[in-house]
Amino acid sequence: MTARIGVVTFPGSLDDRDTQRAIRLAGAEPVALWHKDKDLKQVDAVVLPGGFSYGDYLRAGAISRFSPVMETVIEQAKAGLPVLGICNGFQVLTEAHLLPGGMLGNDHLHFICRDQKLRVENATTSWTSDYESGQEIHIPLKNMDGRYVADEYTLDKLEAEGRVAFRYLDFNPNGSLRDIAGITNEAGNVVGLMPHPEHAVEPLIGTGRTDGLPFFTSILKKLVNA
Amino acid sequence: MARVVVDVMLKPEILDPQGQAVQRALPRLGFEGVSDVRQGKRFELEVDGPVDDSALARIHELAESFLANTVIEDFTVKVEEVKAEAGK
Repeated sequence: MTARIGVVTFPGSLDDRDTQRAIRLAGAEPVALWHKDKDLKQVDAVVLPGGFSYGDYLRAGAISRFSPVMETVIEQAKAGLPVLGICNGFQVLTEAHLLPGGMLGNDHLHFICRDQKLRVENATTSWTSDYESGQEIHIPLKNMDGRYVADEYTLDKLEAEGRVAFRYLDFNPNGSLRDIAGITNEAGNVVGLMPHPEHAVEPLIGTGRTDGLPFFTSILKKLVNA
Repeated sequence: MARVVVDVMLKPEILDPQGQAVQRALPRLGFEGVSDVRQGKRFELEVDGPVDDSALARIHELAESFLANTVIEDFTVKVEEVKAEAGK
């Protein structure tokens, strides 16, 4: 028995298939979940993939956050279900208030797509345990609304509690405060980040490295050893 | 029928690059003397029936939970009288 990891498809999701593929390459079983369906099909973890769900209307993630599937995701995430939000998924998690702060348009007002260097700041979460703290990785970044913002109190709290999971290195691509690329909740089961680990899981494509694969092996090990 | 207007603005401490871009374009248009521009959103809700306290409370709740993300935005709710328009 391997772990079953759900990937939600919203109208406008783009990277659901790539995420399923990454999960399979890591050795787990991907399970397709549908935004209109409250049923999580008894998966052991959930990934909210990248894309432009509901066309980013109102605010990125604002409408998806109220979809039927999210009712169950929010309830179970609070009870400990591991949830990873990538890019648009990260935006959905902040809109759902499962993660603090919010996401706004890039400070330069342009879409950006590049190989991004990151530092893993917290290698103890459900999704990052196969990294080492301080490890530098390269994974693709592509977004319009990637600017992470929160008030000073929240930022200080995140730093003090080690909840900044990833930080942009060398170049801040979107004006995110304190170079924050990804964060975790207090329990470490909910993680969100802007860059796309699912696009860096095979040497042949993407950055030519497999720096994103440990997200999916981390969660697999955690679930299988649980 | 009444119209309820919900205005949503980024919190003052949050950078608004769109507003800045608008502000920077003003001198080129020959418009001087505007030192800052911030861009927001306006929602006009056409409400059936009377806008009483309970209706306003519900709209307030809607604005707080959906139209605005209060982590990053502030909002105001106000009732606007809809004039009987000629020809309607």
